[in-house]
Amino acid sequence: MKVAYWPGCVSRGFAPELHGAMARIAPLLDLELIELDRAACCGAGVLSEHNQELADTLNARTFALAQQTDGELMMNICSTCQGAQTECQERLDASAEYRALVNETLAGEGLVYETGLTNKNLLWLLVEEIGLETLRAKVRRPLTDLRVGPFYGCYIVRPVDRLGIDADRPRDTYLSRVIEALGGTVVEYAGMRKCCGFPIVTMNPETSLRQAGRHLGDAKDAHADCVVTPCPLCHLNLDLQQPMAERVVGREIGMPVLHLPQLVGLALGLSPKELGLQRHVVRPTAVVDWSTSVVAAVGA
Amino acid sequence: MAEPIAFTLRLRRYDPESGDAPFWAEHTIELEPHRSILDGILQAKARFDGSIAIRCSCQAAICGSCGVRINGRPGLACNTRLRDALRDAPDGVIEVEPMGNMPVIKDLVVDMDAVHWKKIRRVTPWLVAEEDGLPEREHLVDRDSMVDVTQAMACIQCGACVSDCLSMEADPLFVGPAAAAKAYRFVADPRDTQQLERLRDLAEDPHGIYDCTHCFTCIDACPKGVAPMNQIMRLRRRAADDHGIVDRNNGERHEAAFATLVRDRGLLHEAELLPRSYGGDSWLGKFHPAAGRVLLSSLPVVTKALLRGKVRPRVAVAGERLPREDRRHVQRIFDTVEGRPERLELNLYLSGVDEDGAGAADRPPEGSETR
Repeated sequence: MKVAYWPGCVSRGFAPELHGAMARIAPLLDLELIELDRAACCGAGVLSEHNQELADTLNARTFALAQQTDGELMMNICSTCQGAQTECQERLDASAEYRALVNETLAGEGLVYETGLTNKNLLWLLVEEIGLETLRAKVRRPLTDLRVGPFYGCYIVRPVDRLGIDADRPRDTYLSRVIEALGGTVVEYAGMRKCCGFPIVTMNPETSLRQAGRHLGDAKDAHADCVVTPCPLCHLNLDLQQPMAERVVGREIGMPVLHLPQLVGLALGLSPKELGLQRHVVRPTAVVDWSTSVVAAVGA
Repeated sequence: MAEPIAFTLRLRRYDPESGDAPFWAEHTIELEPHRSILDGILQAKARFDGSIAIRCSCQAAICGSCGVRINGRPGLACNTRLRDALRDAPDGVIEVEPMGNMPVIKDLVVDMDAVHWKKIRRVTPWLVAEEDGLPEREHLVDRDSMVDVTQAMACIQCGACVSDCLSMEADPLFVGPAAAAKAYRFVADPRDTQQLERLRDLAEDPHGIYDCTHCFTCIDACPKGVAPMNQIMRLRRRAADDHGIVDRNNGERHEAAFATLVRDRGLLHEAELLPRSYGGDSWLGKFHPAAGRVLLSSLPVVTKALLRGKVRPRVAVAGERLPREDRRHVQRIFDTVEGRPERLELNLYLSGVDEDGAGAADRPPEGSETR
């Protein structure tokens, strides 16, 4: 399957291991990535807070670039990009008049956005396009006995109407279903659909890090070996900032946080190093130990 | 007419005065599937246990009394149908709990005074008119200028958004979604004379508009489509962009730095965004004492990230950016949009969706999606 691939900013900035892991697993999933390397930041909700039309126009430009490719749809690897872009797309698609105005701005570049573009996060793509059965068949190293806590990120689970979450497409349960398909044990805990706190880390670090620390602590109390997230911004607060979050909530946590493509990659047989796990701030020792023990078992 | 069928309700019971711990009580009621959760609870109360406590009045989603959590999600008991709640009940039993973030008085009744009303009072929830004495005549406003606040005015003060606010869960002092939406109702009212004061107050308060994490929970919680988070974003836009309020919470600086970085580079540059959010929106921002303090305190984390190869030195210093040609296009978009005499805002609550049904809100079902 050929997709127009939007990696987002953070996966090329402070979480390069995510972009790298995605590139590693793509061929194993028969995904051909056409990278949208000319597209701009989605605005992460901050640009639309500043000026809605600005965020809508920048994302319309991204959609138009995606529509110029021969990809079957557009794929992203960031919950925040998914949410911010879907919000813009909702407005663009709601009014022909507004769309015409935005397209007027894009015309200088010869671009035009037309309704009907499908934009899916890797998580949605795994379940709805590739399919869990196909994914299961591709697993080379089942995540047996690995206890994985899902962490979605707000932008990919709310608001439910805008994101098309309903009984037919229970997208707010997909992480659990993917973990199961990869052979892992799902560990559900109180904070799995809550906010990591990242958006206010510069405004109110205490409130922000308390959120991250509580959810990580919940996952630890539920005996998770690691947490997996489709959102690199959550990853910044949950992994990069975890030492600070530990200070705020007053407990040692040491919870490894994996990007979704890293977890998929482990099950597809890639090594922790190939997936960039050594780059995390919290050493994913439990995960690395698990992977070596499984490899050893296979070798024997 | 549909026939009554059996539904089992699992109610959270708690009487703080009894000294007993909270417990769950199950009651099987019989009602037509289109009837409400509130109807079910009232039947359980009438038939099985008169001591079940719930606050209710109008039974028409107007009075805002019967806010509860149904299957873990906040809503009104009177406008949630039994059949819909059953569909969302994982084990076939409809679970009803009191709202969160507020102390329980008894069973499903929470102390709205202690949290919700206190926060509403905190935002001066009335119009502050210009005149000192009595005005000579009524204050006329044209219809169009009031359209913008109708969404915030739809609030019925049920507290559903307060119940599940994730920032308030971590910071009980946060002004919260309902009070912020109420504040917007007056900030955007052309008759109010305290707009700047209101905005400055909420921007400078460490638990004000910049304490919202943008998690969308209140949007899903609200039974009336108020979208409190969107009202908070409007407050921020007015505070930062219209009134240039540079707050001590770094809210305005963060937004300005974000926009400038995307304008200059096309992409975000996290290593620049952080210091500029503290020190001001320029390359010099990081040399500001406020930025210095923060950078120093985050030094251990940054060092670790550099050592692990998570943050590559080149990215930390130079950052990623789009090719020159694309940066030019992005800058032109900024110039065009920001050069408009008036900022454009499309509020779908007011404008609705085009009738051709091509909108994202009305996307075709799976499999029929085409480009």
